[in-house]
Amino acid sequence: MSNPSNWNQASYISAQAADARINIEIESEGTVLNLGPQHPATHGTLRIVVKLEGEKVVSADPVCGYMHRGYEKLTEVRTYAQVTTLINRIDWLGSFANEVPFILAAEKLMEVEAPPRAQWIRTILFEMARIANLSVFLGEMGVQLGAITPVFYAFRDREFVLNLIESATGGRFHPNFDRIGGLKEDLPKGWLQSTQQAMVKMRHFCDELEQMLLENEIFQARCKGVGVIPADVALNYGLSGANLRASGVDWDIRRDQDCALAWKHCDWKVHVLDEGDSFARYKLRLQEVRESTHIIDQLCQSIPSGSIMAKVPKIIRVPPGEAFVNTENPLGEMGYYVISKGGLGPFRTKIRTPSFNNISILPWLLKGVYLPDVITILASLYFILGDIDR
Amino acid sequence: MISIAVLGEGYLFLIGKAILLLIVIPAFSMLIGYSFLLKMMSHMQDRLGPMEAGPHGIFQLLADGLKFLQKEDLMPNGSDRFIFKAAPIVMLVSTFLLYVVIPIGPHMVLENLHTGIFYVLGVSSISVIAILMAGWASSNQYSLLGALRAGGQLIAYEIPLVLSVVGVIIESGTLSLQGIVKAQANGNLFGLPIRNQYLISQFIGFFIFLISAQAELAQTPFDMPLAETEIVAGYMTEYSGFRFLLFYLSETATAFALSAIASTLFLGGWAVPFIHGTLAQVIGPFVLLAKTMLIAFLIFWFRFSLPRFREDQLQAFAWKFLIPLGLVNILITAIFKVAL
Repeated sequence: MSNPSNWNQASYISAQAADARINIEIESEGTVLNLGPQHPATHGTLRIVVKLEGEKVVSADPVCGYMHRGYEKLTEVRTYAQVTTLINRIDWLGSFANEVPFILAAEKLMEVEAPPRAQWIRTILFEMARIANLSVFLGEMGVQLGAITPVFYAFRDREFVLNLIESATGGRFHPNFDRIGGLKEDLPKGWLQSTQQAMVKMRHFCDELEQMLLENEIFQARCKGVGVIPADVALNYGLSGANLRASGVDWDIRRDQDCALAWKHCDWKVHVLDEGDSFARYKLRLQEVRESTHIIDQLCQSIPSGSIMAKVPKIIRVPPGEAFVNTENPLGEMGYYVISKGGLGPFRTKIRTPSFNNISILPWLLKGVYLPDVITILASLYFILGDIDR
Repeated sequence: MISIAVLGEGYLFLIGKAILLLIVIPAFSMLIGYSFLLKMMSHMQDRLGPMEAGPHGIFQLLADGLKFLQKEDLMPNGSDRFIFKAAPIVMLVSTFLLYVVIPIGPHMVLENLHTGIFYVLGVSSISVIAILMAGWASSNQYSLLGALRAGGQLIAYEIPLVLSVVGVIIESGTLSLQGIVKAQANGNLFGLPIRNQYLISQFIGFFIFLISAQAELAQTPFDMPLAETEIVAGYMTEYSGFRFLLFYLSETATAFALSAIASTLFLGGWAVPFIHGTLAQVIGPFVLLAKTMLIAFLIFWFRFSLPRFREDQLQAFAWKFLIPLGLVNILITAIFKVAL
């Protein structure tokens, strides 16, 4: 397979096979609905081939890869400092959270640990990324169910967090702020105070959405009992994050694994719900945003002073070895498996993204539901296209 | 037969009335579109909405309309071309016919039919046919799903709409809209010395009428036929340019017409207490406009606040709640009418 023409041929054959598989479904009886790649409910370019009988789903087959950007391959031709620019764009709504596990993996290989202040700032920005990400979900779920107003409130109040991220890092969406051994810069003056003020506003936003959507009878009627995932099924499909915790599995990497970040230094709790339906997933994420604001408040008060950069050489060469680090990202478990051969960049990187595993449950979950519930389930599972296709 | 005095009788005047409607319908459609769909929605969502075309963007819809006229006339492959073209026109005809019987003053109505409200309920159902035509002719699964949902929904909500109106008919004793307005202006509340707007005695009917009108217009808690996150745009998915404009026009103009009918039936129409004669003739249209905008405000307020029902919940709501409630309302009204 070293010959490039063979590569082309192989990829051509596999593409043909994929098309043939879908064509067979189209020619069979019943209606076949192509949800996507351009469809309002798929947040981008996820395609779901849904076979319908009336409005009832007979089978659903997610087809991903329309936005594949080859980040795993690209990391092999970049230096470590350049990689963070790329991986910012995996889950674009909570982009800082993508950088952290990769940097931690590289630090693990180099046997460096960031100084305490850098760890604190990383954790604060990590939780801010979670708020920025999940607040979009909280509004977006309303849009998917027909209530168009909450999403505007979500985007308005998300700005408080984005402005803070911008003033600390210089980038609203893609901070590219994390460095091996620490951070690019220290926090600006007065940032911690304005952060605590913004957290009060975010808590108010959570209350507002709770009144507008969560307590709305129509919203409850649309979400309760829709798309129920039992705990064992959720574990078998490798779900993670809020989708898993809403099914009653008490598992949060922030608490359960020890890493060089500051969660262990503050008092917070992991929310778990037993219902496993769409409503539980929404409620759980709302509670997680609230919990994140409390974590940030505590970290702002307890932040230590000192350096933000450990002693690392100017030109970074990571010693040969393999390391896997995973963290609890806004969407679920995200991990980087980095193999180094001692060069300027990684030899090979495997990126474990939460959304890819989360949508793997769709064929099981969508079987037998009605078309409106498909949208509820897609919205409540909450995936981000960049996170599926990388 | 009382017609608009200035128009008189005869064929020429009939054409005059048609032209009047052709001016009035787009004007009211734009009024509703601008004030609610653009501005009220934007302010509810903490944004400004269109601000560039004219002061506060009042010409935005005009600009949009002109843009739609310039678009290419697209038709999907495999569509039934004749029916595809006819559907928006049938839709507009349904709206057009609604305006004919709405009284706007003591002597101002295009045709004062003696069976006015019966006629309104009849012609408003024509839109179902247009929607089914559009959905079937588009040869698109989304359109077909949307059209079938619309068919089920509009027929289901037609029944509570009729039942809610029956109470008004029993109280006023007439089917003519002009007659209903006069009955409200002159009548009293079951013998009490209070002028009776049917909102007071028929509040259950008003409640049912509002909900059913919301469903007939496919506005948000009941917008399954158009649900943009599920079936893209329902029966309108394949329509663009001029034909989309006709659907849009008909949607907003029907919203205005149904609001006007609701204010005629339940809020007393053009009539104001203690004002008679020429003055009533002059201010009648404005009174009706104010009441209509109030009802339309309610409709769009609900639209921008609520999520949408699922199809089965929507049907259950109509058959298990609204229709029994409507029947009970008729029973109570009849008992009061006979007893008092």
